[in-house]
Amino acid sequence: MDQKEWPLWEVFIRAKQGLNHKHVGSLHAADINMAIENARDVYTRRMEGVSIWVVESKHIHANDPHEQSALFEPANDKVYRHPTFYVLPEEVNHM
Amino acid sequence: MEVKLEQLFQDKVDQEIKIEPRDWMPEKYRKTLLRQISQHAHSEIVGMLPEGNWITRAPNLRRKVALLAKVQDEAGHGLYLYSAAETLGMSRDEMFQELHTGKAKYSSIFNYPTLTWADMGAIGWLVDGAAIMNQVPLCRTSYGPYARAMVRVCKEESFHQRQGYEIMLTLANGSPEQKAMAQDALNRWWWPSIMMFGPTDDNSPNSAQSMQWKIKRFSNDELRQKFIDATVAQANILGLSIPDKDLKWNESTGHYDFGTIDWEEFHQVVAGNGPCNKQRLKARVDAWENGAWVREAAMAFQEKEQARQTKTEAA
Repeated sequence: MDQKEWPLWEVFIRAKQGLNHKHVGSLHAADINMAIENARDVYTRRMEGVSIWVVESKHIHANDPHEQSALFEPANDKVYRHPTFYVLPEEVNHM
Repeated sequence: MEVKLEQLFQDKVDQEIKIEPRDWMPEKYRKTLLRQISQHAHSEIVGMLPEGNWITRAPNLRRKVALLAKVQDEAGHGLYLYSAAETLGMSRDEMFQELHTGKAKYSSIFNYPTLTWADMGAIGWLVDGAAIMNQVPLCRTSYGPYARAMVRVCKEESFHQRQGYEIMLTLANGSPEQKAMAQDALNRWWWPSIMMFGPTDDNSPNSAQSMQWKIKRFSNDELRQKFIDATVAQANILGLSIPDKDLKWNESTGHYDFGTIDWEEFHQVVAGNGPCNKQRLKARVDAWENGAWVREAAMAFQEKEQARQTKTEAA
């Protein structure tokens, strides 16, 4: 227990060319190479990916979930940002 | 304040909104989940041992690669689950510590020995089958990281059960000796498998709370019944008989009735007195202790590399 624990890494996988990398989970590894190799073994045993990103978890910064409303509520009442807000005549199909 | 937060929390759960690591949660919810997820992770890791016993003695290459892949999946499942548990605020090393000191439990099924090759079949068919019954509803559990880990686990688990059933099928259609071996494995694994669902509902005091928090979706008895109902037909196809003379189709309930489970045996195995408890725990502790120098060396290497890089950048 007195031994130092390997740092935690977040793993992101690109499922196939053309898609974005998506967070799949985390793992422990001593360094970058080990993190990538472990990510391959833990998260891509069945061809789930063509590319792996690893980021040490301590470098991920997030908003405070308790301030969720202050951050996201302002977008709630802006329906005019959506195409359906605008009323067009029937004849103008598919705009 | 606490009451209000607890009400808000329950409202979210009732509306099927997932709880995420940094959301407020009752302390007991956190503790219950931590216990359940870490226990689940430990079960995956210890669960590699009974099967690892047969990798080098698999009857052919096809069986060997399948068993290797299955055991590797179990390592993966353990790792997904440990990560999910860590989001609740306990470090990986602390979890290992709890396993090694016996404070944390793992599924007691893994304290039974694997005596013949047929046990690989019975484990895949029954033990993984029972695990799937348990795990499928957990994909919808209320805690986000646990639910996501379970989705991943369930996707991979189906091959485990199928490869096990295929082993049983091959043996059951083989020589009389092979068929007898399959029957013997079924005889030994049946009762421990149906014990995997845990104590009966009236002896499971925390179940109601877990159901209210939607950690669990079905009670132990419901899942056990579902498993038995599904498995009887599978045994018939194999031409093997389930070792329970009271097992009988009940027209009025639409379920199979079954005999009394020996809960004394269950409690003995949970308490550490099963046939392989000591051996399993020793294997884990040895792996941890004998691997200490590797973990240390990897960290030392990383530090040295980093120092070298810093020096190059400075120059």
